[in-house]
Amino acid sequence: MKLVYFARVREAIGLSSEECDVPPDARSVGDLVAWISARSDEHARALHDLSRLRFALDQEMVADDALLGAAKELAIFPPVTGG
Amino acid sequence: MKIARISHAAIQPDEGLAALAGLGGGAVSSFTGIARDDGGVTAIELEHYPGMTEASLHRLIEAATARWSLLGAVITHRVGIVPVGAPVVVVGAASLHRAEALAATAFLIDRLKTEAPFWKREHYADGTAKWVDAKASDDARAERWA
Repeated sequence: MKLVYFARVREAIGLSSEECDVPPDARSVGDLVAWISARSDEHARALHDLSRLRFALDQEMVADDALLGAAKELAIFPPVTGG
Repeated sequence: MKIARISHAAIQPDEGLAALAGLGGGAVSSFTGIARDDGGVTAIELEHYPGMTEASLHRLIEAATARWSLLGAVITHRVGIVPVGAPVVVVGAASLHRAEALAATAFLIDRLKTEAPFWKREHYADGTAKWVDAKASDDARAERWA
């Protein structure tokens, strides 16, 4: 799956995107985010508080309990601040 | 007429609004958001999620035209560096009478602020920059339209 990061999350991790092989036991967005957190100290710091993050699966906004299904792209970002 | 546009260059608010004025209705309403000098801010920088941003703006326009009888709606949003005093976003709607255009304009900007994937960073005169936090008051305004 392609992981994409924006704003504070992108800066904290130091990457705008990366690839990952989803582990078989990761069923939801929250499961996968917990697993990604273990990649590095930077990932852990950026992703430790789910309540301060928002998610999009294949460019559709979803909650952290959404199932990954066959999605190809997970975006992780802070609450939006446009307008 | 339904137009959603991401702009890397300065927005000319009149362009979209002139098109709305030519649709034969009796009302055009618009909102322009301007980069504001909030205690030493020199510019606002906007990051977005290419692809999802355009889709989410189109979806907002579809939702507005399903809810109100509109002749047209436009959203133009800047990305990149926007100097203080310059427009960040222009939202407009046209209808036969004013009530629909006014309500649709408020709906579009309120929902854009909580749904469209843009992130704002403030740049200061001393060279520092700070990400803007989302506001609970924006969530409350967007929920009025739920």
